Amino acid sequence: MAAVSGALVARRPLSQALPGELRRRMVDRIAMSLIASTALLGCAVLLFVVSYVVVRGAPAIDVAFFTEGPKPYGEEGGGVLPAIVGTLSMLLLASAIAIPAGLGTAIYLSEFGRGAFAHAVRFALDLLAGMPSIVIGVFVWSLLVRQVIGRFSGIAGAVALAIIMIPIVSRTVEEILRLVPDALREGSLALGVPRWRTIVGVVLPTARAGVITGVMLSLARAGGETAPLLLTALGNQFLSFDLTSPIASLPVQIYNYAVAPYEDWHTKAWGSALVLVSVIGCLSLVTRIATRRARL
Amino acid sequence: MSGRGDRCFELTAAGAAAAAIATLGALALLLLVYSWPSIARYGLSFFTTTDWDPVAERFGAAHFVYGTVATSIVALLLATPVGVGAALFIGEYAPLRLAEPVSFVVELLAVIPSIVYGLWGFFVLAPFMRSSVEPALRDSVGQVPIVGTLFSGPIVGKDLLVAGVILAIMILPTVTAISREVLRAVPDTQREGMLALGATKWEAIRHAVLPYARGGIAGALGLGLARALGETMAVTMVVGNSSSRITGSLFTPGYTMSSAIANQFTEAAKAIHFAALVEVALVLLLVATIINLFARLLVSRFASGPVGA
Repeated sequence: MAAVSGALVARRPLSQALPGELRRRMVDRIAMSLIASTALLGCAVLLFVVSYVVVRGAPAIDVAFFTEGPKPYGEEGGGVLPAIVGTLSMLLLASAIAIPAGLGTAIYLSEFGRGAFAHAVRFALDLLAGMPSIVIGVFVWSLLVRQVIGRFSGIAGAVALAIIMIPIVSRTVEEILRLVPDALREGSLALGVPRWRTIVGVVLPTARAGVITGVMLSLARAGGETAPLLLTALGNQFLSFDLTSPIASLPVQIYNYAVAPYEDWHTKAWGSALVLVSVIGCLSLVTRIATRRARL
Repeated sequence: MSGRGDRCFELTAAGAAAAAIATLGALALLLLVYSWPSIARYGLSFFTTTDWDPVAERFGAAHFVYGTVATSIVALLLATPVGVGAALFIGEYAPLRLAEPVSFVVELLAVIPSIVYGLWGFFVLAPFMRSSVEPALRDSVGQVPIVGTLFSGPIVGKDLLVAGVILAIMILPTVTAISREVLRAVPDTQREGMLALGATKWEAIRHAVLPYARGGIAGALGLGLARALGETMAVTMVVGNSSSRITGSLFTPGYTMSSAIANQFTEAAKAIHFAALVEVALVLLLVATIINLFARLLVSRFASGPVGA
């Protein structure tokens, strides 16, 4: 539609311009330049933020950054290994919850769901997707930190991340499952294969790429979440694999380092941000390119 | 035999789906239960007073609400022209080989985690606003009567205005992406009709495309607003987190609802302090949900297909 206009509409030469036409053409030009400059501004902002993260974060990156724990106050060096380990282990547990739950929901909605219940599920997923993440943090705090487990813990953090991931996984996967042609289902059913084996053996494998996309997108989103972790996993200075107690995470580490008054910690914060942005950026780039190439 | 397997499978899937509803229900219920002591004790005064004193056990959250509203409005005012403009560029002006990369880059803004915006705002944007933008605003617009109060007072660099600017950047991809979807749903006959009458491209956009897309664009802005209301980390790092007064100036360091929760939650010692903070979360939940639903309705009436927020 963009190509329709300019090319096809022949313009009268300026010497024969109608009264007022000059002004109208000028307004048109000005509007176009303003609109183009807003798009330019949007792109410039991204460039600006990312280049700062790269320039200020790169000096922090060395081997020790990935292999050592934080040094005590005032001492230079050290790294963010505990935060990386914490983020990865919480993401692992969150995936173990969110992927089956999200897949199950998506399968239900696309293969079985009809009527009021399916509507209610979609509605609930929409609401969960739009929920401020800090509210999810408060919820998990009041459920797990206050009640079931009784203290700040990696498990609580993982559950909060899982609640953020589930709507993303289920919505992406549902959409993809709907694109699987019915002929495949019918072919399988006609061979006498039960419905559940048709779904597991034919529908899901066909939609494999889309399922992976959904999972990657949800991981990219959950990996950068900070606010809910602040209220659930809290943070930890030391290397820990114990998910039943407070555990460090990359985003919370960035926050703590940034607001602390030490220059070296600020550099570490930028370094951690660089790591986070690179990993998350790569995840979304890969999934976007993959989805652009083929819808299924 | 296969019938039983099928039923088991369907029930399992339905169970997973029901878990989503259960989570949402438990969320609303628990927040209500935990905030009840505060709701019962402070009632409406929670929203009308600005006295937030955990020691004296007096809790009024009006200034948190004000901070959230003020920063969100600033964010919308800044993000609307840029976001809708970028969407117009992508949808109406740019040739395909330019539109694709531009929309891709703008959407990448949504991928950057909130905490990274916070870091950038804390070390780059806030000092820049303090040294350049805010003094300039105070010396120009600040001198105009009435409007000037918005840009008056001492400049600290961590205030409602800076938080609004960060939020504007963060909601830009939402506004752009959804406006673009909406513009895509405007029938080409709208444009062709205007152009055939001799209108310039801008006139076609101004008089045929934008009025047609008005509802959907309002929905896009609503989804951006919902995101701005709940945004926590980036705001927490640049909003100042100090004043308990409501002043007319955007240069006042303030709190938003979400930054108050993030700041005080792990430090709260008294049960009633927790209850008050959970009540703030409950209010946030209600407001964000209502705006989200309303915006979704506007957009879905317009552009078919699911809406990515």
